[in-house]
Amino acid sequence: MEAASIAAKPVSRRPGEVVRDLLSRFGLIAFLLAMPVYIAVKDLSSGEGITPLLNLLVLGISNGAIWALIAVGYTLVYGIIELINFAHGDNFMLGTFTAFALFGTLGLTVATGPLGLVAGLLVCMLAAMAVCSTTNVMIERVAYRPLRNAPRLAPLITAVGFSFILQNVGILWFGSSQFSIPNLIESQHVLIDVGGVKVRNGDVLAVAVTVPLVLLLTQFIGRSRIGKAMRATAQDPEAARLMGINVDTTISFTFLLGGLAAGAAAVIYALYQTTLWYFAGFQAGLIAFTAAVMGGIGNLQGAVLGGLIIGVIQNISDDRIAAKWTPAVVFAYLIVIMVFRPQGLLGEETREAG
Amino acid sequence: MALLEVDDIHTYYGNIEALKGVSLTVEEGEIVTLIGSNGAGKSTTLRSISGLTPPREGSIRFDGDDIAGVAPQDIVRKGISQAPEGRHVFPRLTVRENLDMGAYLRRDDHSEDMERVYDLFPRLKERERQKAGTMSGGEQQMLAIGRALMAQPKLLLLDEPSMGIAPILVDRIYETIKQINQQGTTILLVEQSAHHALDASQRGYVLATGQVALADDSDALRQNEDVRKAYLGA
Repeated sequence: MEAASIAAKPVSRRPGEVVRDLLSRFGLIAFLLAMPVYIAVKDLSSGEGITPLLNLLVLGISNGAIWALIAVGYTLVYGIIELINFAHGDNFMLGTFTAFALFGTLGLTVATGPLGLVAGLLVCMLAAMAVCSTTNVMIERVAYRPLRNAPRLAPLITAVGFSFILQNVGILWFGSSQFSIPNLIESQHVLIDVGGVKVRNGDVLAVAVTVPLVLLLTQFIGRSRIGKAMRATAQDPEAARLMGINVDTTISFTFLLGGLAAGAAAVIYALYQTTLWYFAGFQAGLIAFTAAVMGGIGNLQGAVLGGLIIGVIQNISDDRIAAKWTPAVVFAYLIVIMVFRPQGLLGEETREAG
Repeated sequence: MALLEVDDIHTYYGNIEALKGVSLTVEEGEIVTLIGSNGAGKSTTLRSISGLTPPREGSIRFDGDDIAGVAPQDIVRKGISQAPEGRHVFPRLTVRENLDMGAYLRRDDHSEDMERVYDLFPRLKERERQKAGTMSGGEQQMLAIGRALMAQPKLLLLDEPSMGIAPILVDRIYETIKQINQQGTTILLVEQSAHHALDASQRGYVLATGQVALADDSDALRQNEDVRKAYLGA
């Protein structure tokens, strides 16, 4: 009935409605594209061409890939128990430290040959993934599971508590100052140069690790038995229990997956940035969490999209505005997106909303 | 020996005692109903049997085993499944995926059971690929019952299958409930609207403030003056 009456009067739409409709559909996309398009037009008209912008995009995508991998851990956990795992970023930091510690143990230096390097880094990555996922599962068991029926604020504050504890573990391990680590993969070395658009070793590594991992994760959650259990638990934990799903195991497994992604991100980050710090996890975690919210928390693709968008905005802002303004620019974008799309770019309605 | 023997269970929400010693039995092949007003403890009884809110005291025996305090997934494994109050279908999974979740614990091929559910509820077959959250209340209720059947239960618990559903659909759903029972599934049914429940069942229990107030054959309960006044609107 209703559908019929709406369909019966398409002719009488006023121009104002058309504009509003277009804005609500494409407004945010236009907003997101405004800055890059502005820069492209400016560069083209001043004769610089499109190359500088493309270079920024490359950097933004590889940075964003790292944020995306961390954001996956926030979004999976939030999706299933509606908890912001504040310790996630610091857990990621422990992953970067694990990787660096293993560089020494395995004797990896800039002089190591390519085969040895690949093998060694693979070991580092597996180790960092193991450390991050074990820590994540342990934190859930100790600080979140006992509070499952407690008021929301309780697990939130134990999460903040674990964030500080992990930071202190980082300080105990490698001190409280920033330190440089060997640039094992020569991350700034230009690997591909297409007409001035430079792709560096670090960029290739970030994308080469992130893309297969995220695809694997998506497939896994979509197809596997435990992946289905995760989705069911996220949508209705009590009904999931009535299906015979062990909700505790499923939640533990979600933390395990988030930890795996964080561990992989940690190794890329260490190789890409070559500077580590106990506080870097907190900063990276904040950015990644922002990415997860921007993309629509609880949504895997959204986390990746949010990570990439933030990576690109950061690099454009660093280069064209000023690095000191970058946080303000990123969060201005976040605020605009949230105001017009509170569920995030790819977000669905949450459990509470129906 | 009865298929299900609930003996003097006390179940708490925090410090609030919701069940103050409920006892009931369900024989194999029966439809038994629990009626009673809001807050009488009907849903809590089913939640206790399913292990969602295990009783603090008392025993629940199913098929010879004590299941009080057993984890919900192990209770499903033993052969009790539930279509909960308010349906609780997975809103962003399709109808088919919801039915798959019902068979979560089964490693064998469950396509025959899916066909059986589609035979019982042809509407679900039509909506196979639709997201469950977009369906009407009646359709969601069919899905919740069908999903519970996918576990091949010996005992099916149904919590308020008529709640919030158009009267004409309620009749249809009750026809199907009787059909499921005739196919060999024992049913324990909770209802606030007692008409349909007493009509479909062989025996009934009236719950009031966490205790069994009355237990009798359904026909006798329908004739009972107090039941008529309180629950049948007569």
